Amino acid sequence: MTVSRPWQLTMRVLALAWLLALLLVPVALIFYRTFEPGIGAVWDSITTPAAISAFWLTIEVSAIAVAVNTVLGVVMALALARGRWRGKWLMDTLIDLPFAISPVVVGLSLILVYGTTGWFGRDLADAGIQVIFSTPGIVLATVFVTLPFVVREVTPVLREVGDDQEQAAATLGASGWQTFWRITLPSIRWGIAYGVVLTTARAIGEFGAVSVVSGKVSGETETLTLLVEKRFANFDLAGAYAASALLAAIALLTLLVMTTFNRRREEA
Amino acid sequence: MIAARGITKRFGDFVALEDVTIEIPDGSLTALLGPSGSGKSTLLRIIAGLEMPDSGAVEIHGSDQTSVPPQRREIGFVFQHYAAFKHMTVRDNVAFGLKIRKQPKERIDERVDELLEIVGLAGYQKRYPNQLSGGQRQRMALARALAVEPRVLLLDEPFGALDAKVRADLREWLRRLHDEVHVTTILVTHDQEEAMSIADFIAVMDHGRIEQVGAPRELYDRPANRFVMGFLGPISELGGQLVRPHDIVLDLEPTPGAHEAQITRIVHLGFEVRVELALPGRDGVFAQLTRDEAQQLEVSEGDIVWLRATSAPVEASEPA
Repeated sequence: MTVSRPWQLTMRVLALAWLLALLLVPVALIFYRTFEPGIGAVWDSITTPAAISAFWLTIEVSAIAVAVNTVLGVVMALALARGRWRGKWLMDTLIDLPFAISPVVVGLSLILVYGTTGWFGRDLADAGIQVIFSTPGIVLATVFVTLPFVVREVTPVLREVGDDQEQAAATLGASGWQTFWRITLPSIRWGIAYGVVLTTARAIGEFGAVSVVSGKVSGETETLTLLVEKRFANFDLAGAYAASALLAAIALLTLLVMTTFNRRREEA
Repeated sequence: MIAARGITKRFGDFVALEDVTIEIPDGSLTALLGPSGSGKSTLLRIIAGLEMPDSGAVEIHGSDQTSVPPQRREIGFVFQHYAAFKHMTVRDNVAFGLKIRKQPKERIDERVDELLEIVGLAGYQKRYPNQLSGGQRQRMALARALAVEPRVLLLDEPFGALDAKVRADLREWLRRLHDEVHVTTILVTHDQEEAMSIADFIAVMDHGRIEQVGAPRELYDRPANRFVMGFLGPISELGGQLVRPHDIVLDLEPTPGAHEAQITRIVHLGFEVRVELALPGRDGVFAQLTRDEAQQLEVSEGDIVWLRATSAPVEASEPA
């Protein structure tokens, strides 16, 4: 399609204005409001015991979710791209479920399964394991909502690369395991990296599902997003802004890494 | 000897191979020749262990390999689209099989250099596959397959993705390489000229069956049926019999048993002159003459000539 020069400019201005109004202005305002009372106040606000605990809980939960979903994601991608089995379509559909279901519903369903009145809740409680209103529940919720990213990034890469190289490795004597480490993994590494970054970003920012299952015990089961919400609800606006700025800073960092990986991936 | 016995393979309803048996002599270069969908690649992949036959057995040097995985068949396989390890240098590609076999480093380096010398890629050790041309990539793939000293080298349309000039060069090169290295080689191709020019034996395949196996000349001169005859070269039909166009002699006078025809077109193709003929109730008949023969005959379009075949033709009525 060819578009005249004035139209091109108009469309560009419109697109940029839209982005500015929707994204840049709010984010910039948060940073502005955050640092308005001065850097010392911000520092105090994000180094309270509750904030430090929330920061580390967020990091811990995200790290576990990323690790689990990376390993399982690659396994599922291999099953989808390489496997020849019945019911593959079902798995293909189920993987997108976390995208389709509202996070709040995910949280509620976890309570139905693992809560004290749920299916496994009592047995787990008898074994001394508390899932709901505890870190395992937050991890489960986060794993669930971030499940599709690695699979959805890696599967098309596997399909595009094809299995010629893997077959060649087999004829040269490489076992399945050797082929995976030496041939398959290096050829999908940028897909995995991109999936990991997306998973991280989503895990850090998750609110809905975590909010339902965490119990929001300050200093114990409160993540950064929950801290922001609590401070906001308690009219501690400066504190909410500071915690938000911390979240936004992490998000911007992930975005930066993502852009770099995406470029590498396209070059590869 | 490499042997496949009674191989049957189905993909869903499609019968890729039906009770195929073939024996390949040691040290030979044998071509599996056929149109696409004839089952030739499937047969090669079954010999390699990359596909499992529904029934039948694969033997290499007298031992049954049917349930042996490809890793332990001691084969070398070359793919149509090279299957180069993209994230590895040429050196690491060729060294792959030796590293898997945990050979000492000095031995690997020595062998890789030697092989790259043989395939004409000395000095390319540190390049990556995407810095090589198609022909160079395929030579690297050959070196990689040869590095592990396979008992049999399997080539699946190895020159199919290359342009005509490179393809012709590479197949001559492959023949010379085979004469040096002497590894039993099976080549899959749909190009009869490629098969005729480099193979010791050709197995012509169609619809999942082997139609005929033999030396190129034997197949050309004594084809078992119409399909084999037609696949190995052009044919003309003369009085219910199939003959090669270069076996048709044109006379200006009637002779006993000759067929009357009218010349519809004369095409000069350099050394060869192609004379297209109209016979009663029969289209697509043509004769190939040499330039000299055509000059001596002094015929032109529209002339009436009498045709006879000089060598034993094949009955056209035989089912293909």
